[in-house]
Amino acid sequence: MRTHVTILDEVLDPKAWFTEIEVSEDTGAVAAFVGKCRGEKGRLKALELEHYPGMAEAEIGRIMEAAHARWELFDLFVVHRTGIVPVGEPIVLVAAGSVHRDAAFDAVRFVMDFLKTDAPFWKREHLVDGTVGEWIDAKESDDNARERWAEAPATA
Amino acid sequence: MKVKYFAWVRERIGVPEEEIVLPENVSTAGDLILWLKGRGDGYAYALEQDRFIRVAVDQRHVTHDAPVSGAREVALFPPMTGG
Repeated sequence: MRTHVTILDEVLDPKAWFTEIEVSEDTGAVAAFVGKCRGEKGRLKALELEHYPGMAEAEIGRIMEAAHARWELFDLFVVHRTGIVPVGEPIVLVAAGSVHRDAAFDAVRFVMDFLKTDAPFWKREHLVDGTVGEWIDAKESDDNARERWAEAPATA
Repeated sequence: MKVKYFAWVRERIGVPEEEIVLPENVSTAGDLILWLKGRGDGYAYALEQDRFIRVAVDQRHVTHDAPVSGAREVALFPPMTGG
């Protein structure tokens, strides 16, 4: 099993990172998710991401361990941006490799759901008019997405 | 003990981190928040709604009833919004 975590303060190019995803010979499925900074209908110029160096890597590592315990995964891969992320640019890349697609799809979603609520990152809006906006509030829907996994059965 | 602050908690308190000597009557994360609140207006503002404040002890999430005595590093921050 391979795990990889990178916290990045420069442009996250998914195409370049995809070539870094090492896949074992027993891997039959690789699923990947890219989360991007959206423009909020022309209101937003960028998002600023702050993180807790050290704990961010450690916490993502613990989330990955939980995913490994739940599914038979060969590869798990997370790259997360910090700093100023302009609209249109990727913020996060999560990829998982497994024997079959269900485990790969589910593991990516699991890692994203826990990353949202548990990994120590915070977002603040930078607006098109040049002002620095508010810190973004945590969403209840993200907590609910995370809680769902408490009841969900594991897929092979 | 090193105490770190992030996002709007950091901004309201005005420093990213500081060294503190824990008073004897402070044993849990909740006690620490209560004690910090009394250190000035910035602290009181940052930690006003203490139920929203998340705590990490030595880089692991803990609840407010968890002990902080003996920790090397404690961090206080808002609910997380990464991903």
